[in-house]
Amino acid sequence: MEVLVNDSILIQATNLEKHFGEVRAVDGIELHVKAGEIYGLVGSDGAGKTTTMRLLVGAFRPDAGQVSVCGYDMSHQVEDGRAQLGYLSQRFSLYEDLTVLENIRFFAEARGLSAREWYPRCMEILAFVGLDAFKDRLSGQLSGGMKQKLGLASALVSRPRVLLLDEPTTGVDPVTRQDFWQLLIQLINTTGQQNGGVAVILSTPYMDEAARCSRVGFMRAGQIIAEGTPAQLRDTLADRIVELRGQPVGLLRRIAAQDADVEDVQAFGDRLHLRIREGRTAVAVRHLQKRVPAAGGELTAVRPIQTTLEDVFIALLENKETDSEGMQSMNGVP
Amino acid sequence: MTEPVVLVEGLTRKFGDFIAVDHVSFEVYPGEVVGYLGPNGSGKTTTIRMLLGLLEPSDGKASVLGYDAFSQSEEVRARSGYMSQKFALYDDLTVWENLSFYGGVYGITERARITETLELVGLKGHDRELTRNLSAGWRQRLALAIALVHRPRLLFLDEPTSGVDPAARRVFWDLIYELAGQGVTVFVTTHYMDEAEYCERVGIMRAGKLLAIDTPEALKAGTIPGAVWEVYASPLQMALDNCADCKGILRVGLSGDHLRLITEQGLNARQVERKLKDIGLTVQAVQKGEPTLEDVFLSLARG
Repeated sequence: MEVLVNDSILIQATNLEKHFGEVRAVDGIELHVKAGEIYGLVGSDGAGKTTTMRLLVGAFRPDAGQVSVCGYDMSHQVEDGRAQLGYLSQRFSLYEDLTVLENIRFFAEARGLSAREWYPRCMEILAFVGLDAFKDRLSGQLSGGMKQKLGLASALVSRPRVLLLDEPTTGVDPVTRQDFWQLLIQLINTTGQQNGGVAVILSTPYMDEAARCSRVGFMRAGQIIAEGTPAQLRDTLADRIVELRGQPVGLLRRIAAQDADVEDVQAFGDRLHLRIREGRTAVAVRHLQKRVPAAGGELTAVRPIQTTLEDVFIALLENKETDSEGMQSMNGVP
Repeated sequence: MTEPVVLVEGLTRKFGDFIAVDHVSFEVYPGEVVGYLGPNGSGKTTTIRMLLGLLEPSDGKASVLGYDAFSQSEEVRARSGYMSQKFALYDDLTVWENLSFYGGVYGITERARITETLELVGLKGHDRELTRNLSAGWRQRLALAIALVHRPRLLFLDEPTSGVDPAARRVFWDLIYELAGQGVTVFVTTHYMDEAEYCERVGIMRAGKLLAIDTPEALKAGTIPGAVWEVYASPLQMALDNCADCKGILRVGLSGDHLRLITEQGLNARQVERKLKDIGLTVQAVQKGEPTLEDVFLSLARG
């Protein structure tokens, strides 16, 4: 694989495994993340996202496989590797009785910044996340969004090349989430030219958030079952999702489910979303337009809608049950 | 008009100086599936706890199924089901044993009822499995069965799908619709913006306040002032800085590697592209986007 020798890959995992007793929490993961990428590990609880993150930072020893960070092998060059990493864990804790500046100074010194370096660097990073005006406020008195920014600042204070963020936005206010993403994208863009760029790996349970990443890996049961840019993943179901509206919904649903070209019917309140077999969308829509009125129902709207990553994920999971071959071919989309 | 199943007026709960729920008012009608959407700490669980009489309101009142939620909470709880965020299942009991244990709490001992309930949530045939061996999705169905075993007319679900995968989430929602079809009223909380699309009506919670409650369609039509576009253009930072002052562009935000714009109504893709070129951007693609409940949330939150 030529990607292995590409020097812009900042973090790489090969055939990574971690077992807890019988459970294969991480079961053969391959990751190659380049400078300038925001890579999203997307999956539900228990899919293995956090275990993967902990293997990547060297907090867990893998049972098989290896991790390298900026060329350092995490099994025997862990200190050198960690010096290149910034990590924000899911349960990030800050010292509530210290001020913003004291908190970040703590992290700066823990990461080995000298007395001369830490102050300008802390002020620079606080300005970047927009907390410079609050440097003397006690951390316990920050809003949730500010705390989260302080967490990000702490992970960034040592100028890491690789930033690992474990579910940074779960349950977070969308306004804060939006600001957080703007900071990440700025980080990626502004460090692009200097010192070779930064790579970000972020885990999330939110499908809509995955769409914001430059590349996404869907995780399930310790494996990455599909990988690609959001556009590549969506293209696998292009023009195959159709929204229906009409009366009565039960009748519409029955007719749609009976159609051989309809693979999946999902209700969303009074709307139905159909997934249609490849190349059959026009045919299926014509059938519905005929069959619904014939059965005494009314079809008020039929329109193709944008495929979401959730649609893709669900189609993958269903395929996995019937055809594991098809899944494999999704893997390794460049 | 039908009597509401849940009637909430000025409901408020303070913890010391902190106002967890701040003068919230809404109604839920029979057979409706109503969602309560908000981030962690926005007051969703506190609201449910007041509706179940587990917490006393600091102000305002709530009536549930015609009973006062606090002073007649036993009446309320006997007639409503509750699936809490951190539902407790006994891992070393089987599916059947868990359900019959909880059934017993409600005085339900008939085997037929236990069987029916397991069938309803799609756990038929799994009654002898140990709970600890169930996947997250199956555990969640068992927790739902427990909330349903006494056949409540009203169901409170507090973040029922947190942590389960999207496929299990869809199956779960199919169950919810089936229950609603049988006349059960459902009140469900979530912090997933996309999940709220499943609800007939959605209340948007932020910092203890109910910012709006309506159908997803009406919320989008009422709060998003124009058309949504997904725009691939560069440089991104310049786009962000300049779009904000551009006439006709009402809002700009980042969505991963591209921009999400809200423009005035009535522009076509070519006109949007022209505007962006005029402010010095290189435009790769302009695609029509779909408004989301996250757009609604951001609109309401930013005022």
